[in-house]
Amino acid sequence: MTTLDTRPASTAPPAGTPFDQLEVVPARHPGRWVATAAVVVLLAMVVNSLVTNPRWEWDVVGAYLTEESIVRGVLTTIELTAITAVVGFALGTVLALMRLSRSPLLRAVSWGYTWVFRSVPLILQLLLWYNLAYLYQHLDLGIPFGPSFVSVPTLSLIDKFGAAVLGLGLHQAAYSAEIVRAGILSVDQGQHEAAASLGIPRRRQTTGIVLPQAMRTIVPTAVNEVIGLFKGTSIVYVLALGELFYTVSVIYGRTQRVLPMLVVAAIWYVVLTTVVTVVQYHVERHYSRGALRTLPPTPLQRVRSELGDVLARFGAPRGATR
Amino acid sequence: MTAVEARPGRVEVHGVHKSYAGVEVLHGVDLVVEPGTVTVVLGPSGSGKSTLLRSINHLEKADRGFIALDGELVGYRRKPHRGTDRLHELPEKELLRQRTRFGFVFQSFNLFPHLTALDNVVEAPVSAQGRPRAEVEAEARELLARVGLADRADAHPRQLSGGQQQRVAIARALAMRPAVLLFDEPTSALDPELVGEVLEVITDLARTGTTMIVVTHEIGFAREVADQVVFMDAGRVVEQGPPEQVLDDPQHDRTRAFLARVL
Ligand SMILES: Nc1ncnc2c1ncn2[C@@H]1O[C@H](COP(=O)(O)OP(=O)(O)OP(=O)(O)O)[C@@H](O)[C@H]1O
Ligand SMILES: [Mg+2]
Repeated sequence: MTTLDTRPASTAPPAGTPFDQLEVVPARHPGRWVATAAVVVLLAMVVNSLVTNPRWEWDVVGAYLTEESIVRGVLTTIELTAITAVVGFALGTVLALMRLSRSPLLRAVSWGYTWVFRSVPLILQLLLWYNLAYLYQHLDLGIPFGPSFVSVPTLSLIDKFGAAVLGLGLHQAAYSAEIVRAGILSVDQGQHEAAASLGIPRRRQTTGIVLPQAMRTIVPTAVNEVIGLFKGTSIVYVLALGELFYTVSVIYGRTQRVLPMLVVAAIWYVVLTTVVTVVQYHVERHYSRGALRTLPPTPLQRVRSELGDVLARFGAPRGATR
Repeated sequence: MTAVEARPGRVEVHGVHKSYAGVEVLHGVDLVVEPGTVTVVLGPSGSGKSTLLRSINHLEKADRGFIALDGELVGYRRKPHRGTDRLHELPEKELLRQRTRFGFVFQSFNLFPHLTALDNVVEAPVSAQGRPRAEVEAEARELLARVGLADRADAHPRQLSGGQQQRVAIARALAMRPAVLLFDEPTSALDPELVGEVLEVITDLARTGTTMIVVTHEIGFAREVADQVVFMDAGRVVEQGPPEQVLDDPQHDRTRAFLARVL
């Protein structure tokens, strides 16, 4: 760029100084500062009440947070959630593919499954599975309507944990099926056509072309479900299964320290949810390859760049170059 | 040029009828495309050009009539039955194998967005034809070079311009070593200044003797490259012949009216 101004320079830069030699003053945001101050005060009040009110009994919280039975409860909760999520999404994917298949029978079966397992309350399903032994004393493996090869007593196969996994997993599958189906439907019709016109085998069309693209839609909702499961598994306390919530309730039933024990459980649920949220971020980033022109920065990269900006603001004034 | 020269392909379309929800959109189309020639299909919007093209590689199933590639029926097998012959629909697997003899280039590219340009080209030869990945990759790089994209092999489709995406799509179709290439308005979704680069690639392919059927509104391209121009209107082939005849001396009023509008 050339300047039009040709007057001799004085001490203050004349009006015609080229842009790239002028100092840049960042915009001020007074509203933002006021809002920040208000939030800081509120936070301080919350923290103050948490610390100074003795009824929170933080010493009890501290004592029980890593107590052995609590940790065992946490591990059971993780185990239940993991198995339920895997069973739920595996079966859910099969159900979604059935629902989208060209066979009317498969479509009907899938629809019926979702209908039944979404209609009956989970707590009822759990109790039904737990009482399966009453309906069928033995479970047989053999030829349909023919002789059976193996026969085991139902009770030995479906204990408390078995009933919990069965109930949670089959219930979850009905919801997962709809999530996976929505993901598949979100993939452009042109993708199916392109795959078909290239003669790509059907199974590969699904696993290599459609599902990877569907994952972008599936992952956020699926993670939502997993987080819901972490807390939702607490419903199996009706089976007196020792997951986190049941363990906590047993302890406060004994010690009468209700509030601190609830805080212990809350802290663990927050920790579990946080871990899943971090994992979600990276899984989403993985599946957004190709969907975005440039990948978003990881949280660490973002913190680093924001810190850099703040430091720069208080550092020496700089020119227009960044 | 590369080792990927298309094999000759003779396409016969015989009395093809096609209806959607009771409305017939193709009323008995006949067409013969000789091996190594370029056929350009012209016609107003809704005249059935895409439907015809999609029937040829059996993306759509014709209601009546048949399509043959090098004498072999597309989508059916002929079997004798009590003194006469019957047509058996091909199972999906064989249909997919037959489809690989056609390369299809879409108006909207339809590249796989989660794969790089290179992987878009590599996918089908590996998964549909079971060829070794290393060999296909080397060939894919050659093909990308041939369409002028040697340096963009690792880009994802959304990082490419429309013209570049369509050239990747052409490379992807070529990688299957098809006998016939089908183009459905390959430049209609492109900005005017990008049309040239794609037509150049197609013209180049025409010179190497690839059999092609191209639906397009680019009359200049038709005049320069086509061996045969087909004009369709309302689900029928109205007129066909060498470009100088159909484009410069059309016999039908409808052809004349259409050309007057697009020229
Ligand atoms: N899947 C479908 N369902 C119902 N009708 C359809 C379908 N596909 C196409 N048609 C109809 O068939 C007719 C021919 O469509 P086709 O896409 O073959 O036209 P075209 O010549 O390719 O037009 P254009 O130049 O706009 O692409 C149109 O009237 C269209 O509305
Ligand atoms: Mg069309």
